[in-house]
Amino acid sequence: MSVKLAVTAVTKSFIGQERRLDVLRDISFEVADGEFLAIVGPSGCGKSTLLAILAGLARYDHGEVSIDGAPHQSADAHGILISQHGSIFPWLTVEQNLKFGLDGRPNVERVRLARHYSALVGLEGFESSYPHELSGGMLKRAELARALVVKPDILFMDEPFSALDALMSLRIRHELRKILEQERHTVIMVTHDVEEAIHLADRIIVLSQRPTTVQAVIEVPLKHPRHLAGPDVQALRASILRELGVEADIV
Amino acid sequence: MSSVPGRFRFALWAPALGVIALAIAAWWAAVVVTHSVIFPTPWQVVMATVELIRNGRLWDHIGASLFRVTAGFGLAVIVGVPLGLWMGWVSGAFTTLNPLVQMLRPISPIAWIPIAILWFGVGNASPIFLIFLSSLFPMVVQTVTGVHTIERRFLWAAANFGVSRYTLLTRLVILGALPQIIVGMRIGLGVAWLVVVAAEMIALHSGLGYLIIDSRNAGNRYDLVIAGMIIIGLIGLMLDGFMRLLERMHCVRWRYVR
Repeated sequence: MSVKLAVTAVTKSFIGQERRLDVLRDISFEVADGEFLAIVGPSGCGKSTLLAILAGLARYDHGEVSIDGAPHQSADAHGILISQHGSIFPWLTVEQNLKFGLDGRPNVERVRLARHYSALVGLEGFESSYPHELSGGMLKRAELARALVVKPDILFMDEPFSALDALMSLRIRHELRKILEQERHTVIMVTHDVEEAIHLADRIIVLSQRPTTVQAVIEVPLKHPRHLAGPDVQALRASILRELGVEADIV
Repeated sequence: MSSVPGRFRFALWAPALGVIALAIAAWWAAVVVTHSVIFPTPWQVVMATVELIRNGRLWDHIGASLFRVTAGFGLAVIVGVPLGLWMGWVSGAFTTLNPLVQMLRPISPIAWIPIAILWFGVGNASPIFLIFLSSLFPMVVQTVTGVHTIERRFLWAAANFGVSRYTLLTRLVILGALPQIIVGMRIGLGVAWLVVVAAEMIALHSGLGYLIIDSRNAGNRYDLVIAGMIIIGLIGLMLDGFMRLLERMHCVRWRYVR
């Protein structure tokens, strides 16, 4: 498969009033077209910063990020970020939110696409609802639909299910997997949940403590649907947790 | 079943009505106890209001004041909201214009009366100008705040989709700031109604402000003075109720808890 996104020696520091905080140091990896890559790492290591850089929403000091071989330095609809805290506009209905990214297309097409993707994520009948009328799970579905409707080359997801309860998280992960079987997307997901990463990803990158480097790259050679209680998943989980520094007896 | 909402509505209003009834009773008792010959009882104010209604003057005064408030406030909305959106969105516009706005904002509209007369004479234009000026600044300040408080996550999301400037303005900036714009309009309208009374004391011969000052000058008719004051209060309450209807729009409900 061809390389969709390449990250080469990306470095990022934050300079405060009293000290300089080195966050990312020489981060390099590639993501293949159609691959689902998960990035896990300890809390505060700069996972979200890295994802914002990849999405073109944050600057970096050194290195290069390229999509399809061309430098990628600013945000555009080729790569859509689903943020941790949600960014569905509260003043627009579900359908208006979905139509937002389809700016410039004929209204008939925008409505058709918005309704198709609302139905795809299970929000049929809620197109006219405002976000404050929806549950947390429904909001997440709306966010996913708004990202998918523009058919992005890459979907960036920052802890997308962290605000949901375990059951809802599992359900939406299943639905996402089904959608990805129907529509080909390259996905890069940042998460602190190792089980979530194993559930969805083809490959997992483990980041170190700050200043953050790529500590390990782990293939997930398991077919979908993956049984989370199965021995293969548990063994993989244990090895990733060990990479993250969790002691063997706890694992 | 239908009596339940009615009962609920009465329970909601009963405390407010009770407080007003108590205030009227206290006012009545104070006039009776002090044997005041100048300060009227509530009943005398009611009779003065009936007199104003019968001779048709009340509607003329209300119409004149409402016209001035509508014109001044309307102009302030037309100028203030776009100006606030511009200052809120374009940082250069904010740094350039905000010092001037903050300098002019605390100046009392009453201080502008001599200048208003100098520029616009003693017709309708002067009070309309004063109302415009006094409503403009709350509107600008609240609109700027509305734009500045649009959360970064929404700005990022909008930037991420790479939409046109028109979509950004209409779907993000205006709608995101709309709850604060409505707050600015409510404050602006309240101030406009405050200022109209002072503004109508500029040698005009109509309006509720004129009614009050004329009643005082033409024979100490304090019953008419208080009738005018109460009518101003009631119209202010109605106008605020009308503005609060804007808060019920679906696209701004997310901002209000109740």
